[in-house]
Amino acid sequence: MYSALQGAFDPALVALVAALVLGCAGIPGLFLRKPGSGQILSALVTIPASLAGVAASLLLLFSHTTATYVLQWNLPFGPCDLVIDPLSAFFLLPVFLVSAAGSLFALGYWPAAEHHTTERGLTFFYGLLSSSMAILLMARNGVFFIMVWEIMALSAYFLLVTEHEREDVRRAGIVYLIATHVGTAALFVYFSLLAAQTGSFLLPAAGSFSALSPFASLIALSAFIGFGAKAGIMPMHIWLPSAHANAPSHVSALMSGVMLKMGLYGIFRTLTYFYDPPLLWGTVLTVAGITSALFGIAFAVAQRDMKRLLACSSIENVGIITTGIGVALIGVSSHNTTLVYLGLAGALLHILNHSFFKPLLFLGSGVVIHATGTREMNLMGGLGKGMPRVALLFMIGSVAICGIPPLNGFVSEFLLYLGLFRQLNADSLVYLVLLAPLLALVGGLAVIAFTKLYSSVFLGTPRSSAAVHPHEAGLTMLVPMAFFALLCLLIGVAPQLGLHLVSPAMTSFYPELASTGLAAEYGVIMGWLSVSGGLLLAAAALAALLWMWRLGKSGVTSAPTWGCGYQRGTARVQYGASSFSELAVSVFNGIMRQRISRPKLAGLFPGAAHCCEAPTETILERIIVPLFTIAGVSFAFLRRLQHGQMHLYMLYIFVTLFIFMLWAH
Amino acid sequence: MISLADQLLVLVLLINFILLGTSRLIFSIRAVAVQGVILGILPGLIHPFSWHLVGITVVIITVKGFVIPLLLVRAVRSAEIKREVEPFLGYVPTLLLGAVFTALSFGFAGRLPMLPEHQNFMFVPASIATMMTGFLVLTTRRKAISQVIGYLVLENGIFIFGLLLAEAMPIMVEVGALLDLLVGTFVMGIVINQISREFSSLDTSRLTSLKEE
Repeated sequence: MYSALQGAFDPALVALVAALVLGCAGIPGLFLRKPGSGQILSALVTIPASLAGVAASLLLLFSHTTATYVLQWNLPFGPCDLVIDPLSAFFLLPVFLVSAAGSLFALGYWPAAEHHTTERGLTFFYGLLSSSMAILLMARNGVFFIMVWEIMALSAYFLLVTEHEREDVRRAGIVYLIATHVGTAALFVYFSLLAAQTGSFLLPAAGSFSALSPFASLIALSAFIGFGAKAGIMPMHIWLPSAHANAPSHVSALMSGVMLKMGLYGIFRTLTYFYDPPLLWGTVLTVAGITSALFGIAFAVAQRDMKRLLACSSIENVGIITTGIGVALIGVSSHNTTLVYLGLAGALLHILNHSFFKPLLFLGSGVVIHATGTREMNLMGGLGKGMPRVALLFMIGSVAICGIPPLNGFVSEFLLYLGLFRQLNADSLVYLVLLAPLLALVGGLAVIAFTKLYSSVFLGTPRSSAAVHPHEAGLTMLVPMAFFALLCLLIGVAPQLGLHLVSPAMTSFYPELASTGLAAEYGVIMGWLSVSGGLLLAAAALAALLWMWRLGKSGVTSAPTWGCGYQRGTARVQYGASSFSELAVSVFNGIMRQRISRPKLAGLFPGAAHCCEAPTETILERIIVPLFTIAGVSFAFLRRLQHGQMHLYMLYIFVTLFIFMLWAH
Repeated sequence: MISLADQLLVLVLLINFILLGTSRLIFSIRAVAVQGVILGILPGLIHPFSWHLVGITVVIITVKGFVIPLLLVRAVRSAEIKREVEPFLGYVPTLLLGAVFTALSFGFAGRLPMLPEHQNFMFVPASIATMMTGFLVLTTRRKAISQVIGYLVLENGIFIFGLLLAEAMPIMVEVGALLDLLVGTFVMGIVINQISREFSSLDTSRLTSLKEE
């Protein structure tokens, strides 16, 4: 059947066409007179194209083939190859899935009737962002890669500043723009060095490069900075929290769920060039990864803004993935195949998992923000009663992201733990075991962060008038969320499936893995995991049924949460979001420097007082902003060149040209 | 045919001097229009016949010779400005500078490593001299409209250079150059409108009040 399918159409061509269709989906909307029709048309086009793209990527992934197309361009940068190998095909999956879900979600979340000035641009750039990410994964010419990379970065910028009339959105946009262009500058260095080494702009083939060759370390470093800035690895994460918080929610879902992964893809792709990466590279990645994970989640715990919390947790997840890559790389350097296998499987599967539960959570936050009109968790509460379905789906996402069985987040972290604990019996590199408790700490903090998020938003009673009358989300918003929740559950209950999905990408990263029996060995372990997950689910279902049966027997009266039998309970006796996390935050006060202004209370009946707290963006506010200020002061003399006299600007160009002409002699 | 082309190029150089020396805005717009028409004829003189060439000729003559000058004349009329150029630098010094730069560009072009079949023509020196003139107009004239004229002359200079390559030049580059021109004109059109609305004059030196503090 497969060969018949392949005879009928080429999956690579389907993926390519699907990518292009995504990019064009928003164009008709720009010209249609009737508001909203463009949005619906875009969703109608995007969803089938994405489904075809997913099918094609799956076919490509499992056929272990590499399809190559050559783009005819008249530019002097050599041939422009578009290649889909298993690694690209694997990364294509989230691109298609999340763009389809987001375009459907937008219909309910950002309806043209309410946002008629911004909807067209939003739909257009959404398609462009999805399309550029899909094509980026196929690009194998450095110059073309940079072009598509910039299209991706800029369309994300335009999506981010959709509500540009707000000051904080514009500020987030500027920070993002600076961060992404610092990354792009590093990528210019990267591709120039690569081209200088290989003599062409085509990206080198897998395993064709020695890390001992000159400039190899510089190439790796510039890739780490350039791609790391996009992925949000600390300390290049500064743009991430404000950008994700201020973008419309389905855009945050796409940015966090997929765009960050493009940075990780770049790191993966770069690492494939080298057949002998030194131990140092793996160590750097591991340390950077675990630091991002730990500090990312610590920052998440401190947040009051629900989308900022999710964004900080993206830093954490990218950190976990980077740790996985680093561990795998250490395995490659020390020829420890098991470590490579488990590190890679953990990292790749976590990439896939994160692109399921993070969009789910961001879409959920979109529904909540849509209903309450605020992102401040201290003002929400009790929303679970008004929107039970959203609350359920959000809970599935939260459980998954905390890495709790039987959901998918557990599977990928479990693989990583297995790899780390394996090192206990190893002859060398035993100290890698120490990463396991750190990872456990990250997991624990994640539980605090998401308990805080879930309980302060959905449980209790409303803390402000904004949260009093929530309405259940429409079908267009629920369906994408339910879809991601199902995927989370699917990978959680059938982890073999996940392992099966990542194995082609793993062999294309490290071909020696194909000849080992590791896949079978861990397939069995995953089978056990699957069985125990199923049992756990069954037990939970049984307990829930029993509980409901018991409730049904006795009469139930409902009272407000935290009512506690008092006559006049008030919503303000509840734990607020900030008070819930205060203890955890105080532990990390050394790095977080939370600003709390507490009132001085004295006497038996103190009067009304006001307390407020704000989390600090430590790295941005303590390091980057002062650095920029210093740079601004010390280069102030250059400002004199910018005097506003257009003629003199022309004169600058003229003089430069003249000097060049004289120099040519 | 080639000698005719060379004579036309001399004409182009003379028009450069007219642009530098005249004090009337409308007159300099017409001079640029004539320069554009001459440039439109030139490709036909040096390359064998092809439909591609006809296309280029027609487009160049219409755009450079008629459309843009008409737009500029209308801008002058509608902005109701004084019809003088008002240079920063007097006419005689600019003319002298123009002469110096033209001489220099001949000297420079003589030293460029060129294909033997291009060696004896005036294309390269004329191109560089025209670009220099464009820069001179851009730097020494005060009004936004003269700035547009400067851009046009600069673009003409680039175009003369491109003539040598008209056959090898992919259509993309041509389109790119035309796009440049279009964008330049548009931007300047917006600038003209905005300046005249904000400051009720077209003096670009007033733009300094827009600079970031």
